[in-house]
Amino acid sequence: MTLIKPTRRGVIQAGALAGAGIAMPTILTAESHAGYRNAPQGSTVTLGFNVPQSGPYADEGADELRAYELAVEHLNGGGDGGMMNTFTANGSKNALKGNGILGKEVKFVTGDTQTKSDAARASAKSMIEKDGAVMITGGSSSGVAIAVQGLCQEAGVIFMAGLTHSNDTTGKDKKANGFRHFFNGYMSAAALAPVLEKMYGKDRKAYHLTADYTWGWTQQESIAAATEAKGWETVKNVLTPLATTDFSSYVAPVLNSGADVLVLNHYGGNMVNSLTSAVQFGLRDKQVNGKNFEIVVPLYSRLMARGAGENVKGIFGSTNWHWSLQDEASKAFVKSFGTKYGFPPSQAAHTCYVQTLLYANAAETAGTFNPCGIAEALEGLQFDGMGNGATEYRAEDHQCFKDVLVVKGKDNPTSEFDLLEVVEVTPREQVEYAPDHPMFAGGDLGQCNPGA
Amino acid sequence: MDAILLQILNGLDKGSAYALIALGLTLIFGTLGVVNFAHGALFMIGAFCAVTLQKILTISSVSIDPEKKDFLGNPMEVKTPYVESLFGEATGQLIINWSVPLAILFAIPVMLAVGYIMERGLIKHFYKRPHADQILVTFGLAIVIQEIVKHYYGANPIPTPAPDALRGSFDFGVLLGFDPNAVIYPLWRLVYFAFSALVIGAVFAFLQFTTFGMVVRAGMADRETVGLLGINIDRRFTLTFGIAAAVAGLAGVMYTPINSPNYHMGMDFLVLSFVVVVVGGMGSLPGAVLAGFLLGILESFAAMNEVKSFFEAIYLPSIDQIIIYLVAIIVLLTRPRGLMGRRGVMEE
Repeated sequence: MTLIKPTRRGVIQAGALAGAGIAMPTILTAESHAGYRNAPQGSTVTLGFNVPQSGPYADEGADELRAYELAVEHLNGGGDGGMMNTFTANGSKNALKGNGILGKEVKFVTGDTQTKSDAARASAKSMIEKDGAVMITGGSSSGVAIAVQGLCQEAGVIFMAGLTHSNDTTGKDKKANGFRHFFNGYMSAAALAPVLEKMYGKDRKAYHLTADYTWGWTQQESIAAATEAKGWETVKNVLTPLATTDFSSYVAPVLNSGADVLVLNHYGGNMVNSLTSAVQFGLRDKQVNGKNFEIVVPLYSRLMARGAGENVKGIFGSTNWHWSLQDEASKAFVKSFGTKYGFPPSQAAHTCYVQTLLYANAAETAGTFNPCGIAEALEGLQFDGMGNGATEYRAEDHQCFKDVLVVKGKDNPTSEFDLLEVVEVTPREQVEYAPDHPMFAGGDLGQCNPGA
Repeated sequence: MDAILLQILNGLDKGSAYALIALGLTLIFGTLGVVNFAHGALFMIGAFCAVTLQKILTISSVSIDPEKKDFLGNPMEVKTPYVESLFGEATGQLIINWSVPLAILFAIPVMLAVGYIMERGLIKHFYKRPHADQILVTFGLAIVIQEIVKHYYGANPIPTPAPDALRGSFDFGVLLGFDPNAVIYPLWRLVYFAFSALVIGAVFAFLQFTTFGMVVRAGMADRETVGLLGINIDRRFTLTFGIAAAVAGLAGVMYTPINSPNYHMGMDFLVLSFVVVVVGGMGSLPGAVLAGFLLGILESFAAMNEVKSFFEAIYLPSIDQIIIYLVAIIVLLTRPRGLMGRRGVMEE
């Protein structure tokens, strides 16, 4: 047995340690808003990019990742700066300096959502717990977005949603730590319905085929309501399982249903296959009720349009952003993305790039990475120069409100990227709704959670 | 009535794909005794043979057209396929247009080779191992093949259209005395059905009327005795594996205009094809074909709105998703050997 002999030096050392220990919390709080999850230590800050790297949306995920890498490059002062040069927040120039975020160099880690809720949650959790990610962003499915948003709320980090179009993401499943720049099913419907009325008339009978999960349900509900308000009748809504690949047996009954419009609430591979089937069954050459039979694809993506090939020609839909837009911001983004990768960015890439810049700017203005500080800076933020015109992050539900693009499959594409043409830019007022609108009601934003 | 006719056509069409895959599966199981979970992957490789040929035919020389601008405003690169510069524009375009049917010629040697390599390189080591081992190794192989294809071709579906001449739809109803436009069916799907019938017929004729086929059939019934007669049954079985692979591959090639192929398409068909084999009777070739068409038609009928509402009323929702498995359960309970499984074949 050894006895500890107190020495003068030992006592001083112990005293100094104890003193430092007691002083510790004061030191941390003094260093602006500590006491939150994964406060960056040292000279770097880590962001977590959670995108589908395998599974049916892997190509969209790859495009999202490209956009994130470009955003990180721009934030750290590399490249031509892209939309950092056009982005204005609350009427003045953005707070980004090209020296990282709050002077810390931006690093990132990536996770694979596999477009499965449990896999997406696991990869987000790992990035938060093991890699110290202070913010999670990305994804290409509403099911995943809602799952990861819930996780980030519990963990106390910010979630900047990627491509998610279900009303529920900022409706009944909204969370204080979650923010969505992408538009939603309601907005698509509100923008599309007047165009459809103008093109196809008031007296139409619509048959819906709908992907059987949160996004499909809410989009179908929105489109049905908006077109019925214009005088259309919804003849039938058939839910199709996400795993369906051959839609022929769902398309065949449409022929004799008396409907003269087919609405495909499908995305990704589902959309490619159902549209191909519908065209093969001669629906577009058919005359019903004395009118030409029409097909509508409410949510379009250029990557999907490429998969469907010629079948998209002349078909109407909506999109969050398109590379052919001619505003300065879109041109700047297309230029930096196109120069780096050799092809134009998709709408998924656009929303992810914008979300990263918005997060960084919020951190700069708040002077902290604390989720509560960031949330405060984002809530009610009015910004422009990001490719969608004047946009607002509504404080009540963390949804961005901006103009919506109605697009049509181009009849005479001039290149492999030139598949969609913008037929109308629907102004924000027309797609806006009250935060307590029945299609969005039932959820509670709750309180921001700093996680510590 | 016209709706029913349409669903019968749909069912025959789906059934063609099931039957072709199941035929290969049961051929492999019957001869080699191997449960081949990589069979769906062979179907997918076949489809990607069509994609590959399309890519090869469209390999292009690149020239700069200063008149046109690309998306960044730089002078546009204009691509001219070598096939067009080699055979003239009209012939070149015709060849590219017919790339899917041409891919049949391309796929046969490729699939035979893939089947040969797969059997000699991996599967022959598992003949004497338990079925569980075989399932694990072939399932693993399927995933590996899938990931390789995804790496090189991407995850999104790749459009592989049918030739222009076969792209439209055919007014089937008029033939049967219905009003015009009542029963319209895609032309290519009819081609697919006819093609499948042809392949199935060819396989049966081959097994029925050739010495090779006779030995294989004898081997399926009693491998040991055929071996004792001094016949090298193994070599023939390797070839059988190649044929089964080619059948699955051809089914895949011709399927590409119906649904744009992606790396996952094999898995989508695999489970259903297994059910088809079990319902038809393990090791029974006519059973596989019969069950393929039967289940295809049942599945199509179950997707009809009237049928769905009827089953919903008796608390069986989503009948179109479960019908095949329901039928499988009923068949296995009442006829454990499957519809056409014979006593003594594939039984201990």
